[in-house]
Amino acid sequence: MADLFCLSKEIEFRQEYFYRNSLAEENRQKENHAAINIQSWFRACKVRACISHLHKKAVIIQKIWRGFRARSRFRQMVKAAYFIMKMNFYDEMAVRIQQRWRGYYVRKYVHSFYARKNYLENITMKNEQVRKDLDELEELQRRERKRLEMVKEQKAKVYQAHRLHHLVSTKQRPGVFNSPFRRGPHEMELLLRQVKYLAPTRLTSRDRAFQLGTPGPAAPNFPETLESPRIKRTHSQHSSRPTLPPIVSKKPQTSYTLLQDVQNNLRQSAQLQCIYTAHLCQQDS
Amino acid sequence: MSQRQIIQVFEQYQRSRMQFVQTVADLANRPQNIETLQNAGVMSLLRPLMLDVVPSVQQTAALALGRLADHSNDLAEAVVKADILPQLVNSLDSQNRFYKKAAAFVLRAVAKHSPEMAEAVVVSGGANALVLCLEDFDPGVKEAAAWALGHIARHNASLSQAVVDAGAAPLLVLSLQEPEMALKRIAASTLSDICKHTPQLAQTVVDSGAIAHLAQMILNSDAKLKRQVFSALSQVSKHSYSLAEMVIEAEIFPSAIACLRDPDEYVRKNVTTLMREVVKHTPELAQLVVNCGGLAAVIDYLGDCRGPMRLPGIMMLGYVAAHNENLAMAVILSKGVPQLALCLSEEPEHHIKAATVWSINQIGQHTPEHAKAVAVCSLLPKLLQLYVDASSSEDLQTKSKKALKSILQKCTYLPALEPLLYDAPSNILKHVVGQFSKVLPHDSKARRLFVTSGGLKKVQEMDAEPGSVLQEYINVINSCFPEEVVRYYSPGYSEALLERLEDFQPA
Repeated sequence: MADLFCLSKEIEFRQEYFYRNSLAEENRQKENHAAINIQSWFRACKVRACISHLHKKAVIIQKIWRGFRARSRFRQMVKAAYFIMKMNFYDEMAVRIQQRWRGYYVRKYVHSFYARKNYLENITMKNEQVRKDLDELEELQRRERKRLEMVKEQKAKVYQAHRLHHLVSTKQRPGVFNSPFRRGPHEMELLLRQVKYLAPTRLTSRDRAFQLGTPGPAAPNFPETLESPRIKRTHSQHSSRPTLPPIVSKKPQTSYTLLQDVQNNLRQSAQLQCIYTAHLCQQDS
Repeated sequence: MSQRQIIQVFEQYQRSRMQFVQTVADLANRPQNIETLQNAGVMSLLRPLMLDVVPSVQQTAALALGRLADHSNDLAEAVVKADILPQLVNSLDSQNRFYKKAAAFVLRAVAKHSPEMAEAVVVSGGANALVLCLEDFDPGVKEAAAWALGHIARHNASLSQAVVDAGAAPLLVLSLQEPEMALKRIAASTLSDICKHTPQLAQTVVDSGAIAHLAQMILNSDAKLKRQVFSALSQVSKHSYSLAEMVIEAEIFPSAIACLRDPDEYVRKNVTTLMREVVKHTPELAQLVVNCGGLAAVIDYLGDCRGPMRLPGIMMLGYVAAHNENLAMAVILSKGVPQLALCLSEEPEHHIKAATVWSINQIGQHTPEHAKAVAVCSLLPKLLQLYVDASSSEDLQTKSKKALKSILQKCTYLPALEPLLYDAPSNILKHVVGQFSKVLPHDSKARRLFVTSGGLKKVQEMDAEPGSVLQEYINVINSCFPEEVVRYYSPGYSEALLERLEDFQPA
């Protein structure tokens, strides 16, 4: 009996063992998973704690470093701002100085009001001066011209007096210019009395020819009187040149009436011939 | 027949030929005979006589031909067509001086009518032959040659270039130094004709040393010579600044101003032309002329002369004033503006008026002072009248409008602006009102004067489109015055008051 008991206990044991194993086997998966979860969770906590510890320390380090950087940057910015403020101030002061200086310079030299005023006053004065000078000059020139005209007039009168010397009044007979009804003698009369009688000089043949207006014997065949009137050969120019004696030419002296003489001669001879032939005809008939 | 009788026949023929040419030459002196002579076929008869054996017949025939060609264009053409020119040119080398003179006279008479004739003369070698004549000893020959060259060069630039290419310039400058007055005159006139076309020609003439000799002759007493000298100098200086400077360096200026009182009017005109050409290039040259007292002399000159002679003087004042405001003020102080006002009122011709208006514009456009000086001579109403007048030429109208605009933009002298409020057309009116709107906000006396003279009333009567510039100016003016005053002067105020009177019930 003990054996059966032992055997039934063994069998119960085995059954229980098997039953428990199968139970445990069923739960093994679940329990495994649970154990894994618990372990992983725990490990994670550990790691998290480690990491957060590290993070905190890193943050502290970064915080300190950033503060340092920012402060030094700030210091630099302050220095720069100070420098810029100083430079602005200096610039503004420099601009003020330059403004004043430029204003002064321009007002004194470039757009000088007083220089301009002076200049315009000088111009006015100079204009007045020039006007006066020109007036004087014009006056002088006018007087000179008048004087020349008067001299010319006087010369013409004297020349007339020379030509009319015979009209001077004598003791017996008053002249034309010395009428008894006049209060005093005419100026022409006075001139006639003053003028000395000149015997007529013998003109050279060249002058005579020129006066008569034809080419003289020594003059070239080109008729000078028929020249273009622009070339003014005045009488005085001719007489100022030394008059040479005429070149004795083999040709006979032609007078200005040569052509007419020749024509007259021809006509006369023609007439004579006609008369002669008429006479002859008459005689014949 | 004896030998003597045979010779007599020939002498007879010679005498009759001589008589014929002399008579033709005499007849050709009078223009009424030319027609008859032409119909009688004088050209064909004269042509063989130019080849005659006897030199005096040749010369007289050439002289007669020259006189005929001088009078009429057709005869000159006939001369060219009959191929007489090459013959003349060939004989210019060989003959005696009287023939040369006559031949040069013929060339001149032909060349003077038109550029084609002158071209024909040049083509047949006339220019070279004439330049050879310039080297001759006789002053009469030189004069005739120079005159002919002058007539050729007068027409256009290419002919002048041909004359210069033949080497005329140095010889002409040498002729300037000769003692004969007529030769000097003609040489100066030819130089003037050559220089007037292009700067290069003027430079060539200047390079031959003409300026020094021309400058010496300024104080000569002969009037016609002075005319030509000043004309030559002005033609040289008109082209460019450097040429003008060279003319100035010859120190003509104080002495040239003395010639402005010469009795001969053309001398005065040419001096003024010279001054104008010099002054127009740069402010420095203008200042030089002004410093020598040139302005006073020119203004007196303007007072003395009449008509187209005034034109160079007027333009000179305009050019001086155009450079800068100092010079414009100098013109004003030399009493230029009253003189210009006189010119404007006296001269009937439109181009002279246009030039005067332009000069006034140049004077008045710089600053308010200048505009005031112009306005004080009451020139603004005159300018307005010229602008509005329908019979003014286009040029005159445009110039007056420009002058009005530019002077009005600077004018702050209100009494002169007032008359313009009444008559001006709208485009001028807006400038006038604009000026009022600039001055009135700052000046209380001017505001009072504006009201009492009726200007405010006129402004109220003006109707302008809202939003236009004129309306803006009117608003600005209205804002300078208290509202009651503005309402009082607005049109229709009396009717509005009367209406209020009708509606009023005494309490």
